[in-house]
Amino acid sequence: MTPLFTVEGLAGVVFFGFILLIIFGALVATNAVNLIRAVCGLALCLVGVAGIYYFLQSPFLALMQVLIYAGAVCVAIVFAVMLAEPQGAKRLERAHPLAGPGAFAAAALMAWGLAALALRTSWPEASSQVNAGALEDVGRAMMTTFVVSFELISLILLVAIIGSLVLARRGRR
Amino acid sequence: MEIPVVYNTLETYLLIAALLFGFGIYGMLKNRSLIGILISAELVLCAASVNFMAFNRFLVADPAVGQIFALFIMGLAAAEAAIILSIIVAVYRNYKSIDPEETAELAG
Repeated sequence: MTPLFTVEGLAGVVFFGFILLIIFGALVATNAVNLIRAVCGLALCLVGVAGIYYFLQSPFLALMQVLIYAGAVCVAIVFAVMLAEPQGAKRLERAHPLAGPGAFAAAALMAWGLAALALRTSWPEASSQVNAGALEDVGRAMMTTFVVSFELISLILLVAIIGSLVLARRGRR
Repeated sequence: MEIPVVYNTLETYLLIAALLFGFGIYGMLKNRSLIGILISAELVLCAASVNFMAFNRFLVADPAVGQIFALFIMGLAAAEAAIILSIIVAVYRNYKSIDPEETAELAG
């Protein structure tokens, strides 16, 4: 516990705000009947996760999260909703009456298991820090140690672009 | 006024990731349209990224590695979203519906 009106205390308040944003956004994203509303909830949740990245000492990743996820992916999903869902708001629940509670039970069981594992394990501390984890170190590691994965990602992106173009083009009259 | 400082412990972030994962699984099982399932899958991917970043911040000697992992997950998620969305558009064109239970043609 720290006093509220210090840098640490106010940072804690902002952190709780981000957690609330994540929970609220995830609730809207999973429970909204309207798909556009669900996408807006997803965007809120992803902005909250960007704040979490900022607290994990990576402002670059927070920026990328807002740009790629909250920007590009959400806009792409909105486009798909507009192209494929002209009947508007549709029933999102499955037909079976036990599907909702069953899904909740399964998800709660898995989340509880993960949380219990995380809390009970005694995690080993890092012995020493190699670098500060700044953007310069990230770029250098990406161009030296992880250069093959980097090239593979670019190849996968190219294949995904061409594949989605082919899939969306085929069958058009 | 006092406030607990929880943003400097690994367990907080792992709990957030577990919560996100639970929400994602719940949405994937409950939702009835392909786009709803895709939205929930994005939540699961986000949970994985948060886990990577938390371990990267607290347990790993080289703090650049986890950030690169999270960046790769982001790139893969973007590619996956593009592919799935074009599949959704193609499925909608064939079946005039994106309900995964109505489009199960091979199930007989």
